[in-house]
Amino acid sequence: MGITQILFWILSVMALFSALMVITSKNPMHSVIWLIIVFFAISGHYLLLNAQFLAIVNIIVYAGAIMVLFLYVLMLMDLKKETEPAKNRWLKVAGAMAGGSLLLVLVAALRKVDIENGIAETRTGDIGLIENLGTALFTEYVVPFEISSILFLSAMVGAVVIGKKE
Amino acid sequence: MIDWGILLEKSILILAVVTISLVIAMYATWAERKIAAVIQDRRGPNRAGPFGLLQPVADGLKLFMKEEIIPNASSKFLFIAGPALAMITALMTSAVIPWGPSINLFGRDINLQIADINIGMLYVFGVVSLGVYGIMIGGWASNNKFSLLAAIRGASQMISYELAMGLALIALLMLTGSLRLSVIVSQQSEGMFNWNVMYQPLGFIIFFICALAECNRTPFDLPEAENELNFGYHQEYSSMKLGFYLFAEYINMFISGVVMSTLFFGGYDIPFVNEANWGNAWWVGLVGFGVLMTKALFFVFVFMWIRWTIPRFRYDQLMNLGWKSLIPLSLLNMVITAVVILLLNK
Repeated sequence: MGITQILFWILSVMALFSALMVITSKNPMHSVIWLIIVFFAISGHYLLLNAQFLAIVNIIVYAGAIMVLFLYVLMLMDLKKETEPAKNRWLKVAGAMAGGSLLLVLVAALRKVDIENGIAETRTGDIGLIENLGTALFTEYVVPFEISSILFLSAMVGAVVIGKKE
Repeated sequence: MIDWGILLEKSILILAVVTISLVIAMYATWAERKIAAVIQDRRGPNRAGPFGLLQPVADGLKLFMKEEIIPNASSKFLFIAGPALAMITALMTSAVIPWGPSINLFGRDINLQIADINIGMLYVFGVVSLGVYGIMIGGWASNNKFSLLAAIRGASQMISYELAMGLALIALLMLTGSLRLSVIVSQQSEGMFNWNVMYQPLGFIIFFICALAECNRTPFDLPEAENELNFGYHQEYSSMKLGFYLFAEYINMFISGVVMSTLFFGGYDIPFVNEANWGNAWWVGLVGFGVLMTKALFFVFVFMWIRWTIPRFRYDQLMNLGWKSLIPLSLLNMVITAVVILLLNK
């Protein structure tokens, strides 16, 4: 096993274990911190695929901004009550069904993937480098890129409107 | 096949950089007191050793010897993780800084940079955005209302000022065309008029103000406003855990001084001297490193000078400055830079 493979296994175990801890932790604060570790593991995977820009943006945006806001909200909540009221049984059934159908869709989508020939190019391919990604985004995919930026703008305006409602 | 030489080289470099950061942070505490003393017309520390130079050692020893108290009601693991995170994020930025020109030693070309990645500037920004976790987790895990309030203040302050900092960096990035810090430094090494601060003075001022805010230094030290919050987010901490929090602040100060010198003031470039044809002997690297240190320590001095001169902002003033002044100003800076670059290239 080369170093890349060893790192892959370490990162995968880290990501899966932390993801499980996110949903099994009783304390939401701990869940958020486990989720941050998941993001770091995924960034590690991106680095193995030589997608440096994606890796660092994942850390800046998710670990550095969104999770900070999550923590921010959670810190203001009263987490002392250890016993959370049990959810309605029908709610549990509905949740299980929704999650199960998502799993079904994912499995159906991934079933036909050609795993044997689709080996990841580790440390080679350079499309993930910032120059190439920038060129691709601003030439080939400029329209979707601009549309998604308008989406962000509308979300921002919406947030301001909601915040000003008083 | 692993190149053991590079492994050894990088390990020594990491060890050296971390040690230097820690020693400088140690003596920054001494310098802060001396500067405060000069500004307030006092003597400052002068008992331990000549000029009080052993004072940081005595302080460190004292912190290590103190009783360690962990509050009962808090999450013990997170309580310990808080100062550790603060320290780690403070030290992580140093990995992408070019500390000097590459030198030739024992027949090897040695790059005085731990990792020359092509996303250097984004890495710095990423680590800055993680810096808030030490304060937030520590403040929350203390299970104390004052600590929590201070942590919330710290978090919102850092998020607000990160934006303006990022926008100032974007304007700089348009100028350099590269995120690699070694390229940014070598672009500036032609002479003093190639330094980025000459082209981005407004960007530098915005970056400097945001760096003050990110380091929680006066006038932005609201997370540790003693007269409002008792002691701030590290109120429940004792012994060396408290020491780590205080220490991380000084390391952050030093590292942001280094980042500012690298991005805006030519890094290890010596002003008025053309050092390009000096070759790559070991002493050239040392001189470059010394020049970078001089620039960085000058910024640390300015930080301290500001701390003992300017009073603290009120919270609403802080938010107004961040959102209503700095962000529009940095957006304007960005647009002007873009337009000028476009016109000059045409």
